[in-house]
Amino acid sequence: MTPQPKLSLRGLCKRYGALVVTDDLSLDVQRGTIHAVIGPNGAGKTSLLNQIFGSVTPDAGSVWLDGRDITDLPIHRRARLGLIRSFQIVSILPEFSVLENVALAAQAKAGSSFRFFRAAARETVLNDAARLALAKVGLTTVETTIAGGLSHGEKRQLELAIALAAQPGLLLLDEPLAGAGVEEAARLIGILRALAGECTIVLVEHDMDAVFALADTVTVLAEGRILASGSPAEIRQDAAVRAVYLGDTC
Amino acid sequence: MRLPPSVPIFLLLAMPLVLPLGAHAGYVFDLGARIAILGIAALSLNFLLGAGGLVSFGHAAYLAIGAYGVAILDANAIHNAAVVVPVVLAASLVFSLPTGAVALRTRGVNFIMITLAFSQMVYFAAGSLADYGGDDGYTLTARTTWFHAKPLATPYGFYATCVALLLGCYLLCRAMVASRFGRALRAIRQDRQRVQGLGINPFSIQLTAIAIGGMMAALAGALLANAAEFASPAYAAWQRSGDLLIMVILGGAGSVHGAILGAAAVVLAEEALGSVTEHWRILYGPLLVLAVIFFRGGLAGIGRPKG
Repeated sequence: MTPQPKLSLRGLCKRYGALVVTDDLSLDVQRGTIHAVIGPNGAGKTSLLNQIFGSVTPDAGSVWLDGRDITDLPIHRRARLGLIRSFQIVSILPEFSVLENVALAAQAKAGSSFRFFRAAARETVLNDAARLALAKVGLTTVETTIAGGLSHGEKRQLELAIALAAQPGLLLLDEPLAGAGVEEAARLIGILRALAGECTIVLVEHDMDAVFALADTVTVLAEGRILASGSPAEIRQDAAVRAVYLGDTC
Repeated sequence: MRLPPSVPIFLLLAMPLVLPLGAHAGYVFDLGARIAILGIAALSLNFLLGAGGLVSFGHAAYLAIGAYGVAILDANAIHNAAVVVPVVLAASLVFSLPTGAVALRTRGVNFIMITLAFSQMVYFAAGSLADYGGDDGYTLTARTTWFHAKPLATPYGFYATCVALLLGCYLLCRAMVASRFGRALRAIRQDRQRVQGLGINPFSIQLTAIAIGGMMAALAGALLANAAEFASPAYAAWQRSGDLLIMVILGGAGSVHGAILGAAAVVLAEEALGSVTEHWRILYGPLLVLAVIFFRGGLAGIGRPKG
């Protein structure tokens, strides 16, 4: 018997009018793996992430996390179960300091936000957890900077630190390397690889080198359907994939 | 060490309590009490608007709820604050929780309109209370007491009580804004989905903020009724909600103490301009425009470095 998958998608469908973005899609993501989802623009990758995250409700089908049906749970309830997303367009809180951005994630993880009197900025438990995450992404030196003033690369690192501080069981990453330079990409890949031991990662990414370097499993989407799914080596060999996708870019 | 800006504000408010005022005492206490009461109301709106980004255009509804709580108990010969205050706070929750839950289904302009609509409902409901004066309002038989003590009976005692409550509300707001709850509230204002994606329910945080803000404003309403010894549907009028918004924005929504500055500025401007001409709003309007243009960050932002 195979172990229970971390995430299961069963017969997921989503259409906007005549446009089918997810077409009867079923997929298992095994625990502790990095599962990459690739595909040409418009293949439905981000729509798929949105349905796992909970910001988009599928028309049909179901989403299962740790063997539990979460299809009807709102975003914050999914997050409480360890499902955390990092956004394609970085969505840090621009008025907060770098530290407070991450401390909020630690606070959400630590439990109640219904505490009214003690100054949150002086809660060492939260600050320590936040600093640990900042250290992992290499942002310790700018913790007092207002996040809106960070460079684009730093914002991406912060985005990742926020996700780390939330201690995800399943981390959804939407193009974490988009626009990153070679050096920065290498650093981020290192962080993600280190993270893979602690949680399961679903990764949507355009950078093929990164995908093949990181992923344990690669799923190729085209027009909302799974074109192929397998190990990086298998995907490289797959004729259909080469025709539709890899051939275009390589 | 830099002195927090709230310290000079409260020292100034405490001065009439220790200085000999002679013949002016009645006038000063009266004016000061109005500043303190509207300061409490503005603080509570600022908690929603400044921290939560919730632009309520119906906050005056709570003033009327507080005032009519006092009036209705007065008609039943109940004046003890130990009863009046809990009743007033409970009444504000009966209003804030359902209307807040509905209003929070909307955003932006729709939120503004729906809070306005709910406050107009309170306005007309108050006007229809035939047993309590209807449109004419209700004159209290006595001010609120504390068991057998009557701290509100003298101008001095009334003013001192208002300032003490203002100080309490200020400290409470400041603590709440900095707390875990306030952090979540401030975060939701910036990016709702980000906060939700971390596992915090934005709806319950915002609804709690509305409930807290409502209770504080209802307390101000109870004081307002005591100050005038009168409760009127006009307390819930949309113009008064607008006045509260002006106080918050003029004072500076980015800081907690700004609301007190805004309340003081509006009350004093009304008083000063009102003594010049009865058409004082003709002068008041342009002054507001100038203040908003030149004092970014409100009165609380004056002297603070730009950036």
